[in-house]
Amino acid sequence: MATIYQERKIRDPSLNPGDEPYFAAAGEGKLMLKKCKDCGKVHHYPRAICPFCFSQNLEWQQAKGTGEIYTFSVTRRGTPTPYAIGYVALDEGPKLMTNIVNCDLDALKCGTKVKVCFIKSENGTSVPMFTPA
Amino acid sequence: MSIKGKAYIVGAFEHPLRKAPNHSLSQLHAEIAKGTLEDAGLTKNDIDGFFCAGDAPGGNVWSLANYMNFDKLKHVDSTDMGGCSYLVHVAHAAEAIAAGKCNVALVTLAGRPNSEGSSGTQVRDRGAGVPDSPFELPYSPVTVNLYAMCAMRHMHQYGTTSEQLAWVKVAASHHAQHNPHAMLRDVVTVEQVLASPMISDPLHRLDCCVVSDGGGGVIVARPEIAKQLKRPLVKITGTGESTKGQMGGDVDLTYSGAAWTGPRAFEMAGIKPSDIKYASIYDSFTITVIMQIEDLGFCKKGEGGKFVSDGNLISGVGKFPFNTDGGGLCNNHPANRGGMTKIIEAVRQLRGEAHPKVQVKNCDIALAHGTGGALGARHGSATLIMERE
Repeated sequence: MATIYQERKIRDPSLNPGDEPYFAAAGEGKLMLKKCKDCGKVHHYPRAICPFCFSQNLEWQQAKGTGEIYTFSVTRRGTPTPYAIGYVALDEGPKLMTNIVNCDLDALKCGTKVKVCFIKSENGTSVPMFTPA
Repeated sequence: MSIKGKAYIVGAFEHPLRKAPNHSLSQLHAEIAKGTLEDAGLTKNDIDGFFCAGDAPGGNVWSLANYMNFDKLKHVDSTDMGGCSYLVHVAHAAEAIAAGKCNVALVTLAGRPNSEGSSGTQVRDRGAGVPDSPFELPYSPVTVNLYAMCAMRHMHQYGTTSEQLAWVKVAASHHAQHNPHAMLRDVVTVEQVLASPMISDPLHRLDCCVVSDGGGGVIVARPEIAKQLKRPLVKITGTGESTKGQMGGDVDLTYSGAAWTGPRAFEMAGIKPSDIKYASIYDSFTITVIMQIEDLGFCKKGEGGKFVSDGNLISGVGKFPFNTDGGGLCNNHPANRGGMTKIIEAVRQLRGEAHPKVQVKNCDIALAHGTGGALGARHGSATLIMERE
């Protein structure tokens, strides 16, 4: 049995002030993380304040775009096409919610090595997703 | 200041309807208020504290207090913690009573998701300004897959199986067969759960709770008032509340906020998990029960699957009777918020008013635990310990 990934409509992210650089970078094929220049920790989703030490001395850092699946689920009912949602643990540490795409969804496992790719939402915004490496 | 013993649950009422297309939301709340007052032996004029959550029309107390014309309120609270709001409300009501702010506090929950066609496979947009939405909603997180991701990780990390998850539903169905109001009254087997359609791996349709209209209410009162009423005395002895999220990216879906709220509630009550005779455990999905049973300390982390197997959750059969009304999995999950019905069945057990087929003998200490939001993203968590006096 195989459940081959099918394209589906991706909801547009409704940005809040400060989110633009993340999605602008995604448009250039880059996955960005926020790094705290005081405590050195990297976090996700990106915030205006470090969630670990509350410093506002933050900078964007490009992630390598590789990691492994921490957990996932293939949603099969109540959706026009099956899709895989998951959390990917990036090599830099943070885990982010994402979709796993361009593969046989039935072959996914916790621990599968993945790399970032970018899929356009309905209005053309690039959204980071992952595919088996 | 501990609120242990400073307040009692004197009224509890579950609306009998599971589909109420011709009831307004306010009517449901009002019928619940009336039913809860009648259960307690109190009247509308006794109410001086009122609690409701995001399920209320408008999302706070104003419209409902006005609809029911509560004109003696000295304490109000619209805290919204999703499905566990009502356990939080009971704790806050006990605190308000202990602080002398009110004497008789009513908590109501109602909703019509069954009539409105709500489903656990719909993306819930929580509106503008929610900071996590741009980084999540494009991926279509829905209630069922947010819990399914917890189940998948639990299986990977601890070897939990679909059969073990199914046992939670089987136990709930054994209880629901005795509840004439339950939505699903047929006893099901592990095989039937596994044969039901896969909704979101690894959760089958029968791993999911029902979607129901209706609701329920409780009344919390100070000891002097509780002792004048003719109902069995149910004393609040321990509470805990918290929220758990994604930790800035250090996401850990193997445990819930119950790991924090449980120990606090047990410490306040001065008891340990093995003292609990009956437990209402939030059961939005079968995995929810397994994780919370572990987090509350009824078994070791990772051993919840084994713990729930072979009928251990069935009253009269196993050692850990849970959700004897049939729970959210079979009986009722009004407004997509299961916390209120968790309190109500615990009160029934402590009063000796559960169905005779599921009544736990000598049930003098009970626990109710709730979750709100989604374990796979952000959630509220609340624990309540009650003792019969």
